[in-house]
Amino acid sequence: MDMTDQTPTLVLDAKGVAKRFGAVVALRDASLQVAKGKIVALMGANGAGKSTFVKILTGALKADAGHVRIKGRESTVGSPAAARAWGLVPVYQEPSLIPDLDVADNLRLGDTPVEPFRHWVAELGIADLRLDDMTGQLPLATLRILDLARSLAVEPDVLMLDEMTAALPTDLVDRVMTVIRAQADAGRSIIYISHRFTEIARICDRATVLRDGATVGDVAIEPGIEERIVEMMLGTEVAKASGQSGARKGGQAAHQVPRLRVTNLKAGSRLSDVSFDLHKGEVLGVVALEGQGQDELFDVLGGQRRAVAGSLEVDGTPISFAHPSDAIAAGLTLVPGDRAHALLMPRSVRENIALPLLARLGKWGAIPMRDEAARVTSAIERLQIDTRAQGEVRRLSGGNQQKVTIARWIAKGVQTLLLFDPTRGIDIRTKRQIYALVRDLADQGAAVLYYTSELAEVRLACDRAVVIFNGRVVDVIDATDADEPTLMRAAYGLTEAPAVPA
Amino acid sequence: MTRMLAGNGWTLGLVGLLALLLVVTKVIQPDFGVSGLDSVARSALPFALATVGMAIVVIAGGIDLSIAAMMSVASVTGAVLMAGASDGQAVLVVIAVLVLGLTMGAINGALIVVTRVPDIVVTLAMLFVWQGVALLILNAPGGGAAPWLRALIVGGVTLPGVPPSLTEWLPKGVVFLAICVALVWVPIRRSKLGLMFYAIGSDQLAAFRSGVPVGRTRIAAYAICGLFAALGGLSVTMSTGIGEPIPGPYLLASVAAVVLGGVVLGGGRGGIFGPILAVFVLRLVRLDLTLLSVDPNVAAIIEGSIMVAVVMFGAVLATRGRRA
Repeated sequence: MDMTDQTPTLVLDAKGVAKRFGAVVALRDASLQVAKGKIVALMGANGAGKSTFVKILTGALKADAGHVRIKGRESTVGSPAAARAWGLVPVYQEPSLIPDLDVADNLRLGDTPVEPFRHWVAELGIADLRLDDMTGQLPLATLRILDLARSLAVEPDVLMLDEMTAALPTDLVDRVMTVIRAQADAGRSIIYISHRFTEIARICDRATVLRDGATVGDVAIEPGIEERIVEMMLGTEVAKASGQSGARKGGQAAHQVPRLRVTNLKAGSRLSDVSFDLHKGEVLGVVALEGQGQDELFDVLGGQRRAVAGSLEVDGTPISFAHPSDAIAAGLTLVPGDRAHALLMPRSVRENIALPLLARLGKWGAIPMRDEAARVTSAIERLQIDTRAQGEVRRLSGGNQQKVTIARWIAKGVQTLLLFDPTRGIDIRTKRQIYALVRDLADQGAAVLYYTSELAEVRLACDRAVVIFNGRVVDVIDATDADEPTLMRAAYGLTEAPAVPA
Repeated sequence: MTRMLAGNGWTLGLVGLLALLLVVTKVIQPDFGVSGLDSVARSALPFALATVGMAIVVIAGGIDLSIAAMMSVASVTGAVLMAGASDGQAVLVVIAVLVLGLTMGAINGALIVVTRVPDIVVTLAMLFVWQGVALLILNAPGGGAAPWLRALIVGGVTLPGVPPSLTEWLPKGVVFLAICVALVWVPIRRSKLGLMFYAIGSDQLAAFRSGVPVGRTRIAAYAICGLFAALGGLSVTMSTGIGEPIPGPYLLASVAAVVLGGVVLGGGRGGIFGPILAVFVLRLVRLDLTLLSVDPNVAAIIEGSIMVAVVMFGAVLATRGRRA
């Protein structure tokens, strides 16, 4: 039987792609079909395997199993350069122009024809570009546009756009949408990776959905399809959209001075306007898709980054941080997403826990050993840290490492705990212990801000959750109403609720 | 035009500094003239060639600590093979030594790319290896050099049909350096290979995504560095007439000149002419301090201080300029 008869217009056909990193299975059975002249959205929740899949398609990683066919031929793509030769051109989430070369040299480096490039730059709405501009000094939005123009200029068969519109202002987003659609109508195929349903509904023809490393659906985009896609991403049947942010439970703290008040905070290029109150005794969840500004939010609260605008109040007093030690002094203690950023890996559990007790100017004298030992021991016991390998934190399991990062703040005394995805990559038993500990701390009067990438955790660990989308708070959801579909819909910006001050 | 001036501000500053130092030298030593220039140029030549090699590797985001040891290997190989050889054979020897330099550099680069051991560790290890090789070839200074090679870099330029007084102020050493750079670096800089050096030094991931073969480009950068190390080693043999198995102070001097010349140690930024000018600036400072009969230990302190001050001053100016 003739294959080409069946699928005459399939430009890219990936089937059964699998990839594992050591013990971690990133992809089990991913597939993707892109027909000529069509735009296919590639979707999936955080950790579904999208980025691994993209890397395999573009040759940055090698698949363990499965095949990728481009224009009917088995792809042997082994690098981005080879992918380009096959007619598959990716535009990555981060700009991939060389910052220390000017624009013209960047074009020469990638063998990009200059005239088509200029044409697309103008078409996409950048008017004042000079080819001798140093790339590193251009704003992020311009760089994204240049990346896209560079890809269009080589006239690819398949264009892969990874979160193309993430850093763009709305007028440029509009231009990009128009150009991409026109390109598809002219016969190019496009893989469109995005979290934004409105954009997908506007330009895409189909959506392929990944969950837990496997493709679970390939559907045509039509009105009302969002619900089904959310279902597929979650893997559960969803009842009809239940009510949005229900009446706030208790409101016991509403008239009190909050422990931490964040007002109209703006930082970096992603966090644009976030406000909320965090009260004593409360665990406030933060829910957001990747890159919606939550990293910047925690950086500002932890004193690692300065806000561009907006204000912080701790116990009713306006405050700003120039250094993490200022945040710690104000009682804001951060457990960062990457444990390696918090721990001294080659040092012992005890030293790691005691570090914030010691790291203060003016405490350069002798260490009060007995006091320190007592605090550290009680923190270790409270968190049930497995101390068999305590000589080097590096040798502990991920779960125990996470306990150490939390334990250091408990040893110091917790007022406001900022947890950034504290249960990422750790086992279920330790997760439970962490939920119980967080609740325990809150009951004793601590205030906890809890960002999580696992939506199911909101119900298990939090009282309320603020949902951030596109750098803004789009919803505040009470834990009792915070089932996964509700959170997911809100996180994708599908709820119409106006920005509510939490 | 103003953009070009702004882009080359650092180099222009060095030109000014160099001119100032020449004037100072003339004031301190009124009879500083043609022969003085010639000896400065000749003594600076191996430093300058090492610096060009080092600058290329640093621009590509690496560093080569074995550069002085490679120069020794090239120097002794050339001297041993040339001892008693005819002029024609000497040409073959020169070519062989240059190929040897390319090979040594490529070995350094390949080790870094294949083993993924950090460049600073690999080239530190290779420093000892090449040193051992040089001493195996010749365990004490010796060997010979073809007389025509020496004539290439000693004295002033004389052109047939042009009165010597017009051209003899220009040292042959400078011309030799210019020719080496023009034949090797200029074509590379104008080709895609040069862009790729800057690309991998600037942002490796972006370079990879732009289709640059990162590993091969890095090996090429080290190979070119090895080639310049071989030229530097040959220049030692050319000016002294013998092979020198113990490396001179070229390693740290070349790193210093690269930094003073406006190349960013992290890679991706800077050029070749700045570092070359910096070599002459550093040599002239040393000469002036010697002429002023400053204690050599104090002179070393002054040289170090000048370096920090100039680089800091330049960085301050650069940030100011960006804000303005």
